[in-house]
Amino acid sequence: MQPLLVTHFSIVNCLGAGTAAVLDALRANRSGLTPCEFETAAIDTWVGSVPGLEAFAVRRGLEDYDCRTNRIAQMALEADGFSDAVAAASRRYGADRIGVFIGTSTAGILEAELAYRRRAPGSGSLPGGFRYHATVNAYSLGDFIGRYLGLTGPSFVVSSACSSTAKVFGNAARMIAAGACDAAVVGGADSLCLTTLYGFRSLELTSRRPCRPFDRERDGISLGEGAGFALLEKPRAGASADAPMLLGVGESSDAYHMSAPHPQGAGAKLAMQRALASARLGAADIDYINLHGTATPTNDAAEDAAVVELFGRKTPASSTKGATGHLCGAAGITEAVISMLAVRHGLLPGSAHTRSVDPALKSNYVLETREARVRRVLTNSFGFGGSNCSLVIGDARLH
Amino acid sequence: MRAYIEGIGLLGPGLSGWQAGRAVLAGAEPYRPARTVIPPSELLPPAERRRAGIPVRLALAVGREAFAAAGRDPALTPTVFTSSSSDGEILHEICETLATAEREVSPTKFMNSVHNAAAGYWSIATRSREPSTSLCCFDASFAAGLLECAAQVAVERRPVALVSYDEPYPEPLHAARPIAGEFGVALIMIPAETPRSVAAIDLELGSAVALETRLADPGLEAAGQGNPAARSLPLLAALARGSAGEIVLKYVAGTHLRARVTPWR
Repeated sequence: MQPLLVTHFSIVNCLGAGTAAVLDALRANRSGLTPCEFETAAIDTWVGSVPGLEAFAVRRGLEDYDCRTNRIAQMALEADGFSDAVAAASRRYGADRIGVFIGTSTAGILEAELAYRRRAPGSGSLPGGFRYHATVNAYSLGDFIGRYLGLTGPSFVVSSACSSTAKVFGNAARMIAAGACDAAVVGGADSLCLTTLYGFRSLELTSRRPCRPFDRERDGISLGEGAGFALLEKPRAGASADAPMLLGVGESSDAYHMSAPHPQGAGAKLAMQRALASARLGAADIDYINLHGTATPTNDAAEDAAVVELFGRKTPASSTKGATGHLCGAAGITEAVISMLAVRHGLLPGSAHTRSVDPALKSNYVLETREARVRRVLTNSFGFGGSNCSLVIGDARLH
Repeated sequence: MRAYIEGIGLLGPGLSGWQAGRAVLAGAEPYRPARTVIPPSELLPPAERRRAGIPVRLALAVGREAFAAAGRDPALTPTVFTSSSSDGEILHEICETLATAEREVSPTKFMNSVHNAAAGYWSIATRSREPSTSLCCFDASFAAGLLECAAQVAVERRPVALVSYDEPYPEPLHAARPIAGEFGVALIMIPAETPRSVAAIDLELGSAVALETRLADPGLEAAGQGNPAARSLPLLAALARGSAGEIVLKYVAGTHLRARVTPWR
């Protein structure tokens, strides 16, 4: 693919609001996970929740869109000067020439969960004020972000479970290559909700302790919430010299099972191979792999098998989900931004909460954050339905 | 952006397949609204067949018809799935369960609640490891899918299948988001003409004021406005007529998608 500059990016999750807070936490190998006290959930698990949402208000004029996910999204649009950067890009390209490709797995489904507790006796109808279009439909998030940023370019939401916000980089790259837009805002958000908490528990996939990716005692995920955005542009004069670059995107399907990964990670391997081919790079060109690493026994084993087959045992690799939790639909953009920070600041992120790496896993797993030259990162996102996506992100000065 | 249409699949109220439906859409036969009949999917292994909901069966049925017409191997073809609400029955059931004291969410229901469930089952059924994306754009979900599919065809220079589907929600969600009878459509889109291609489509995004194309038959027009996937009907009618024409689909933020249809044979 034609490489694209990531001229601006932002992030919000349990580690903090903005890249500086997240970078500090990564450097200290700090986790933001806490015991679950979300809403009325009675589940013995840990979560990565974003503080301050209860008092946060969506912008005036967009009150219909008020829900936890859109609040988190707005928080990320306001972080790192992101919306100002988009406004400047909008003046440069025109509001109709910037695409908006957003990912989420649950959007504001929490609003439907809450409304179902307040159904009218007898008729069973939902309470007044229930705003399906602006909060529950998956596109509500893309609609909200487009309106907040005042963009009118091509737009849609990708909802492919936990690969959603990685895959939007591919949609944007294709739309720019096809001439449908000149630049694009990608990213997305997901928030904690009862559907995912009780749903993952029903599949016996939630851990009772903070999740421990690649640990010999790993026993499940910790759910998280958050948002992140990136502004993608064709390489141009005047762009910041240390802007990271999107070099490759690889997508695949498992064709195996709806919720379990292929045991040897066949689909995962294919996504990584396609990402490298799309970037015209080889395995040796990658300095760090940000793993999907959810900390379930089978997911980590399958991903490890695929990584080792493709990269061997030397390439440093880690999952940052011990720090952030699993952000589901927002995991892709979160880890893409972490990969950009790794390139820009020369660090290999450690793995909070992982104590002792499973000897059955053969990747070169990074436990403690350390400094290193990181020219290019490959980051993995895999979801239910066997939906896989890998991105290659690198230092623009080398390309 | 130009793409060629090589195969079409269709299921909707009173429209039982493209072969049966095209005469109605061309105006050669009257439209008689009737419940959508969704055949059981022979594509799926028995375990998956039991778990798959209506929208999954709908998507698989139209996808299968389109691939059969194109004579292509689905295992080698990337897919774009698009739907406003995917499985509405599951959203309803999970919300009902979460409103009870026990909150015993069914693991199968949860697994199938993802928006990309149809894409997941399709990949299992066809053994396809090709890329697949699952989109949502509310009422413009078909237009968004068409745009994404055309962009993939134009950039990757390879065939891509578009599958658009939507089903009604049960109450009480139906009152908040009314969607009419189950509707599914699939298009196999390719980068260059073949002996099987039926038309060329040139797509263009527009922001100037343009009137959405309406259907002459009031029954079809109502079906088209009632279900996001059925907003494909003006395009399907143009393909069924087999004459050159231009149609306008509403998109987002006041924009539209203009499709110029040129019959190929």
